[in-house]
Amino acid sequence: MKQLFSLERKDVILLVCFTAAVFAGPILMKPLGAGYPDLLQKFAIFGIFALGFNILFGLTGYLSFGHAAFLGVGSYTAVWTFKLLSMNPVPAIIFATVIGGLFSAVIGFISLRRTGIYFSILTLAFAQMSYNLAYSVLTPITNGETGLQLNQADPRVLDIAFGRDYGAVLPSSDLFGIDMTGWPGFYFCATMLIICFFIALRIFRSPFGMMLRAIKSNQNRMMYTGFNTRPYALAAFVISGMYAGLAGGLMAVTDPLAGAERMQWTASGEVVLMTILGGAGTLLGPVIGAGAIKYFENIFSAYNDGILQEAFSFLPEGLQHVFVSVSSLFVGEGWHLTLGALFMLIVIFLPGGLMEGIRRIQVLISNRFGSGGGGADAKSNPAPAE
Amino acid sequence: MDAFFLQILNGLDKGGAYALIALGLTIIFGTLGVVNFAHGALFMMGAFCAVTVKALLGLESVREDPTQMTAWGTPVEIREPYVETWFGDFGTFLLDFSVPVSILVALPIMLFIGIAMERGLIRYFYKRPHAEQILVTFGLAIVLQEIVKSIFGANPIPQPAPDVARGMIDFGVSIGFDAGNVVYPAWRLIYFLFSLAVIGAVFAFLQFTTFGMVVRAGMADRETVGLLGIDIDRRFTIVFGIAAVVAGLAGAMYTPILSPDYHMGMDFLVLSFVVVVVGGMGSLGGAVAAGFLLGVLQSFASMNEVKAILPGIDQIIIYLIAVVILLVRPRGLMGRKGVMEH
Repeated sequence: MKQLFSLERKDVILLVCFTAAVFAGPILMKPLGAGYPDLLQKFAIFGIFALGFNILFGLTGYLSFGHAAFLGVGSYTAVWTFKLLSMNPVPAIIFATVIGGLFSAVIGFISLRRTGIYFSILTLAFAQMSYNLAYSVLTPITNGETGLQLNQADPRVLDIAFGRDYGAVLPSSDLFGIDMTGWPGFYFCATMLIICFFIALRIFRSPFGMMLRAIKSNQNRMMYTGFNTRPYALAAFVISGMYAGLAGGLMAVTDPLAGAERMQWTASGEVVLMTILGGAGTLLGPVIGAGAIKYFENIFSAYNDGILQEAFSFLPEGLQHVFVSVSSLFVGEGWHLTLGALFMLIVIFLPGGLMEGIRRIQVLISNRFGSGGGGADAKSNPAPAE
Repeated sequence: MDAFFLQILNGLDKGGAYALIALGLTIIFGTLGVVNFAHGALFMMGAFCAVTVKALLGLESVREDPTQMTAWGTPVEIREPYVETWFGDFGTFLLDFSVPVSILVALPIMLFIGIAMERGLIRYFYKRPHAEQILVTFGLAIVLQEIVKSIFGANPIPQPAPDVARGMIDFGVSIGFDAGNVVYPAWRLIYFLFSLAVIGAVFAFLQFTTFGMVVRAGMADRETVGLLGIDIDRRFTIVFGIAAVVAGLAGAMYTPILSPDYHMGMDFLVLSFVVVVVGGMGSLGGAVAAGFLLGVLQSFASMNEVKAILPGIDQIIIYLIAVVILLVRPRGLMGRKGVMEH
């Protein structure tokens, strides 16, 4: 047990800094205009999603294009738990994680028989299949296009058993009496994020994580050495599926509604982008990537022509017009254009993501200002920054 | 029997579109070794070539006729397309046949787009891992799609087929069924024949020309061809252009069947990738065969009799088949050994 929680000193520092940064999020993000719970909840939830995806993609190199399916399954499970058992978020996220894990075990068991692009397409096929089914045949479970919602007439067996009656109002989830909207909701998600980060940290530092990295660098050699790699890859797949399920469950906790559009393959593409943007295979990268994407999505899609006109009002009339019309392509409705362009730029120029960029800058600075000492340090320790 | 036959017909036009896109994907993959997630976007851009051509041909001169009054007391506006003013009957013909005419326009445009894409972006990714190829082309697809959306809007834009081809053909009579049993929209048949023609042309090009021979040799062993002193990169650039043209033509001709909107490419892309995988990565024949096969199977799965037994099967049949094929025959129906097996 002691072994399980023991960390090296720099990892303890990392974890403490991370925890502090997450809990101080409301204060830190305030100057950036993001200091309100709805957005910060999103940061945390997608951070969990990307962390989990990174355990699969960053460590083993298997590019899954179907992770949104697990997110969707998690959401549906959580809402059903709310409906049937209790409005308490704890059972909801436990069930969401477990069902997400089971679902990913089934899909992973089949998909992992293939590697490379075949694996990507198999996962994509499964995700599209789930999405299509959620819209058509499974309507009794998923409520189709409307999305699964809470109802006053839901049984909520446990709540009734413990004598909680919500009466005629539509309940929202609450943790032993603390309403899970607003700030408490954020702190709940943030706690989950930190727990998930800790688990990911443990995986990264463990022999198991080393095994996953070995799969990425040369699977054939692993097999020649006598390792059966599939159980390891499957374990990574299931873990990332559980992360996705948990993220989906948390989405339902903060807003008890589940729709099939969460399972569409563009949603899977989004988590890939978050991971790549932050830096696949690094610990902090995916969380930063998820935060950055959700932040810019929020900022950019709120812009409209009026705000742009103000922003460029220092320019002469004609020039202002040109600037406004060009940049209005990229904001508001056109946010996806920015996303696509960003995607391309990152993959082309910075395949290692933001963390790689930070590391490069560090090396640059230490080479320039440190009198050889910093440079030598960077050379002797080529592991990516984390 | 004729219901059965009708379902095969139903599947063929969609299968034609799948086959054309999958063919382009396979050519690109076989020659350049690049997984092109932007191929669906090329299909979509072809479709919007048709939209643009129709819009341009439909530009009208408006003049007011003071001798006639509308019910609101304003002069009647007489709109006359410029092409009709200039070319008379030929102009009317052009307007009516805007979709077939757009092929002539789409061809050079798509060739240009394809070549520009290869030179500007794809060629830097030959040596990169497949994951990065997938990601960068995925990003490109989003960008292209959003640009089209910002120009043409988000709603589907219906494109009429030419008047002649708008009706139904009583197809059954000519092959021995009673009249009225196998009635089928003419344009869908035309699309099927068109896709066969394009597929035939591509195969003939690869099989019977020197250029095609070099390309096939390059698909088999790129390095040796390079050592023989042939500038294989330049040929492959043109091959990419051709693949873009095939996708573009497929899109342009498909517009009367499905009104184009900006995300039609993505919808087709996912299916086409499944088609390529089922057919076998790198096998041209496999891609075409799998395209038609999956199109037909999909239309069978959407029959009411089948749906009564297996509800929802029409939604997932293609993915289900892909899963089964990949597990039973990992290389796809006609896949070659040694392609994408690391």
